[in-house]
Amino acid sequence: MIGGFLGPLAAEIFLLVAICVILIQDAFSYDQEREWTYRLSQLALLISGILVATGMPANDQVLYGGHYRVDTLALLLKLGIIVVSMLALTFARPYILTRRILRGEYFLLVLFAVLGAMVMVAGNSLLTLYLGLELMSLSLYALVAMQRGNRQSAEAAVKYFVMGALASGFLLYGMSILYGVTGSLIIQQVAQIGLASEQQLLFQLGLVFLVSGLAFKVGAVPFQMWLPDVYQGAPSGVTAFISSAPKIAAYGLIIRLLSDALQPFAADWQQLLSLLAVLSIAVGNVVAIAQTSLKRMLAYSAIAHVGYFLLGIIAGDSQGFAASMFYILVYAFMSVGAFGAVIYLSFEGEEREQIEDFRGLASRNLWQATLIAFLMLSLAGLPPFAGFWAKFEVIRAVALADQIWLAIVAVIFSIVGLFYYLRLIKVMFFDEPEQAATVKAPRGLRFALGACGLGVFFLGIFPGMLLEYCLQAFNG
Amino acid sequence: MIWLPILAGVLILAGPGERLPAWSRRIALLSSLVTLGLAVALIPAFRTDTHLLQLVERYNWVEQVNIQYFLGIDGISLPLILLTSLILPLVVIASWRSVSDRQAKYLATFAIMTGLMNGVFAAQDAILFYVFWEAMLIPMFLIIGIWGGPNRIYATLKFFLFTFFGSVFMLVALIYLGVQAQSFGIPAIQDLPLSMAAQKWIFVAFLLAFAVKIPMWPVHTWLPDAHVEAPTAGSVVLAALMLKMGGYGFLRFSLPITPDAANELTGLMIALSLIAIVYIGFVALAQQDMKKLIAYSSIAHMGFVTLGIFVVYQLATGQGDSALLGMQGAMVQMISHGLISAAMFLCVGVLYDRMHSRQIADYGGVVNSMPKFATLMMLFVMANAGLPGTSGFIGEFFVILSSFQASFWYALAAGMTLVLGAGYSLWLYKRVIFGPIANDRVAKLSDVNNLEMLVLGLLAIGVLGLGLYPQPLLNIMEPTLQHLIECGIQSKLDGGSLCQ
Repeated sequence: MIGGFLGPLAAEIFLLVAICVILIQDAFSYDQEREWTYRLSQLALLISGILVATGMPANDQVLYGGHYRVDTLALLLKLGIIVVSMLALTFARPYILTRRILRGEYFLLVLFAVLGAMVMVAGNSLLTLYLGLELMSLSLYALVAMQRGNRQSAEAAVKYFVMGALASGFLLYGMSILYGVTGSLIIQQVAQIGLASEQQLLFQLGLVFLVSGLAFKVGAVPFQMWLPDVYQGAPSGVTAFISSAPKIAAYGLIIRLLSDALQPFAADWQQLLSLLAVLSIAVGNVVAIAQTSLKRMLAYSAIAHVGYFLLGIIAGDSQGFAASMFYILVYAFMSVGAFGAVIYLSFEGEEREQIEDFRGLASRNLWQATLIAFLMLSLAGLPPFAGFWAKFEVIRAVALADQIWLAIVAVIFSIVGLFYYLRLIKVMFFDEPEQAATVKAPRGLRFALGACGLGVFFLGIFPGMLLEYCLQAFNG
Repeated sequence: MIWLPILAGVLILAGPGERLPAWSRRIALLSSLVTLGLAVALIPAFRTDTHLLQLVERYNWVEQVNIQYFLGIDGISLPLILLTSLILPLVVIASWRSVSDRQAKYLATFAIMTGLMNGVFAAQDAILFYVFWEAMLIPMFLIIGIWGGPNRIYATLKFFLFTFFGSVFMLVALIYLGVQAQSFGIPAIQDLPLSMAAQKWIFVAFLLAFAVKIPMWPVHTWLPDAHVEAPTAGSVVLAALMLKMGGYGFLRFSLPITPDAANELTGLMIALSLIAIVYIGFVALAQQDMKKLIAYSSIAHMGFVTLGIFVVYQLATGQGDSALLGMQGAMVQMISHGLISAAMFLCVGVLYDRMHSRQIADYGGVVNSMPKFATLMMLFVMANAGLPGTSGFIGEFFVILSSFQASFWYALAAGMTLVLGAGYSLWLYKRVIFGPIANDRVAKLSDVNNLEMLVLGLLAIGVLGLGLYPQPLLNIMEPTLQHLIECGIQSKLDGGSLCQ
């Protein structure tokens, strides 16, 4: 749509300009006018989404001295990030309104994080990737700390920041080793030199640091300790966001670093990832059973889901990467919806995030309870919901790669996983409610919850289209 | 037939709902009758001279991984689809007055579930099959959990987790097969040559799924719990239809896909079946709760089905007739048990609606106040015991006859069940129906009303009709089963295309 030297960057540039405008607008607004900050933010996201979708070049391009890349993969991931961020904002607005943290910074930080994520998935050099990652991470740290008066929130923010900084350090150290050995930041050159280089050991050292750093960022076992505390401590609206959009961005980072830059060492990182994946699936699912807080349960389930999506990457071929991508997009969507459910219930007045608080929701708000049940069943991977196809695809990918044992581990723990998702459904549908009044949630929130619930159902019946796009991203 | 009940269910939920229960009931009944009509209309369209799939519908569903929306029926599916479509209207009529709590949702859930079950029996694509198979758990989970008895939550979670446990292994096996065969179509998978080791793993994966469902000893423990806690109609569907999915799975997947493993492990399967028949028969004798007793008797009867299926491998070649007999016995047993167990659970439901107790000890002398009911129940109890002239006899007799050819001892052990079955069935009848009137409440019981009479009467006709003249059913099944035996016995190990 827009040509010229900066054309391919149109969406990112627009978003940045919009952020500046909103920043100024917000500085001159009173509290009751903050509504406009929200509307403008949504509009900015929408327009940059349209720019991304229409600005697609005919073929893959590597631009700006090899540092930036525009391809189907980046396009799809950007769209995914924008869609889930818009949903997360819709969920968050009424929530932060009642929590008195409706400040312009909230929206600005989300927009900055989105911008960072978009740069991250399109990065083609170690430097761009790192810049995107830091822009996103720093915004997220601040977001978690938004509820200043709340001790839990502050603790979560500090934990997140320290752990995140450590992980960034790991990543940066790994990258510096790669740069030291190859003398290049560009991903393709790193891969080329790596293939011919005799410094195998150094590469492997760098690889271990990279994988550890990535595992920290996505919260794979044994680097998961920060995740449940952060998810629980952060305001629910923020949790909905950090559990979704950054995951998609992290997927982009993993693909660029592992499958593109370190392709010659695939055998090494596949081993590492197999271990991470199996541990994450096992620990995440088993520990989730013991949780009484829904947010914490979803946090552990997030760890398990990270394990599942790593399975596709372990498979190591285009089918596997596509399966993984499908998984992470579907997961981000489900996750926003699931935390949306937590927010939904918070409209009873105080914070309601214990599983027990959902007691008897079905007899109070049947439609919303059904939507939440859809989301839970989808997270559990039951047909006919989208989560089934996501699991199906990654299991198929590992079966194609002749790693049946991984598939068996995956399904055994999905039985464990089913149990705690069913527990929420049980509480909603079979138990008696404490009070008969219906939950009164604002229209936007109900709409977003409906979109998520029906979305997983629709994607469960017609998974073909999204899958086709994911495959295209890897088959050129 | 798949989508009609599902659409009707959604319509009930979206449309009249609870505000107009009368309309909900009418929609449910109408749609179930139309479904039944469509199913019956299949019979003349069905050709009984071929084993090939008929009335095939085939569209691409998820093209990227070769999954198709692929439906078709053969001699195994058709009887089960008929059974499913017959049970739905009966369930609707039976729930007409006896369910008052959230009736519209109750009926809608049943309608959706029935549609999904028809899907299970008609699906010819492995993944489509799996989607229906799993999706069907959700409505059943809700039915037991919402409308069930006091201990319903434990029962329904146990039910869901047990069956899910079995089926995920089946999913891995199906994905593995699909990847190997480059297609998820069941016919393509059946033609896939496989090594012995692979076959054994796949067989075990299937066994886990189907054995839990059918259920075989020792993974049967979810069934009595689920039955006891489920509402009447839930028990009916559970016993009459859901258990059949396990047997259907063995016939559709285990035998044709892994014939050599089935051959190798047939001793194990027969042993498990005989344990189910004899041991569970004794367990049934000891039950105090009517529903539990019938639940255990279901497990014993399903033992006959697996015996009939797997005894095929113990028959020397050249005994194709006895093998066919065993298979036919298994199939007839499934259909007939579908009718009989439905009837038995409805009988218990009739009593429960009036007395709110399922304990045998609370009853006695019911014949004095409910003569019509006593007559009908007599028939079903006799059928449950396998009395000649009822459908229960045909299946059991066929299976015993065929296992006699394999080994005298199998037949003896299986024959024991006729004694045991008569024992627990008739003893149940004696304690509930005959004897002195147990208490005042029994004396005040009113006899069956017209609706109940209609439902039980229809089932009685089915039981007797199948018992006296099973030939049409056998005709429908014969070519398919004959073919199944041929390719089930044939080894896949020496390569070559097999079951075309």
